[in-house]
Amino acid sequence: MQEVAFFFGAFGALAGAIAVIRLRNPFYSVLALVIHLISLAGLFLLLQAEFVAAAQIVVYAGAVMVLYVFVAAYVGGVDEPFWEPIPGQRIIAPLLGGALFVELAIAILGTGLKDFASEGPSVELGFGSPAAIGELMLEKFLIAFEAASMLLLIAAVGAIVLAGRREGSD
Amino acid sequence: MSTEWYLVLSALLFSTGAVGVLIRRSPLVILLCLELMLNSSNLALLAFSRAHGNADGQVFALVVMVVAACEVVVGLGLIVAMYRRNLPLDVDEARVLRK
Repeated sequence: MQEVAFFFGAFGALAGAIAVIRLRNPFYSVLALVIHLISLAGLFLLLQAEFVAAAQIVVYAGAVMVLYVFVAAYVGGVDEPFWEPIPGQRIIAPLLGGALFVELAIAILGTGLKDFASEGPSVELGFGSPAAIGELMLEKFLIAFEAASMLLLIAAVGAIVLAGRREGSD
Repeated sequence: MSTEWYLVLSALLFSTGAVGVLIRRSPLVILLCLELMLNSSNLALLAFSRAHGNADGQVFALVVMVVAACEVVVGLGLIVAMYRRNLPLDVDEARVLRK
């Protein structure tokens, strides 16, 4: 049962990822990324990361993707020209990507990670639940939590400064 | 499912995102491909977290999500600013910092 769920999630995530880089219209790419993110949230559930999966759906597939959809609609469908400034880019880039995958696969499967060929230890009930994550965040990782909230604030102010300026006011 | 499957899937998704960054020229799609790569690293973090039975990796994944959200906000702000100044939305054209 778990295998079936994994392969469905993996197929959805991979199909979404390939659709993001293959579709020419940025609007469709954003929608393909939503499929990718939801499939990935399913995989997170299989890994018993319940809170992260919920945050993935709410934060990513909800809020961030709405932001992307708005910007894609505001900017409009920009057609990429067919001519290439760098000759051979469309052939060399997938080759390099394939080489990167082979290297990573060798690193994962070929070296001392043999211990990970199992499912991992059985975890107690409540592993990855909001209560467990909240305890970790407010006790062990309190500084990282505060730094992340500061970073979000700085990013929001930066975006307003960047995009909020009217024409002719600078 | 053993952890290796998740790690190989995460490597596959990461290379897909890297290919996307290399072949696409619209800055919006390049940001989407960055999201692909960040999410694949999240998958690896959660797989390791499950393999060790330790929830610290899940907090790391949440922090990665926060950083990705910041990157999206600033990146989209830049794209909107480029569009308002009638600069070309093409990373090969927009390669100098001045106008």
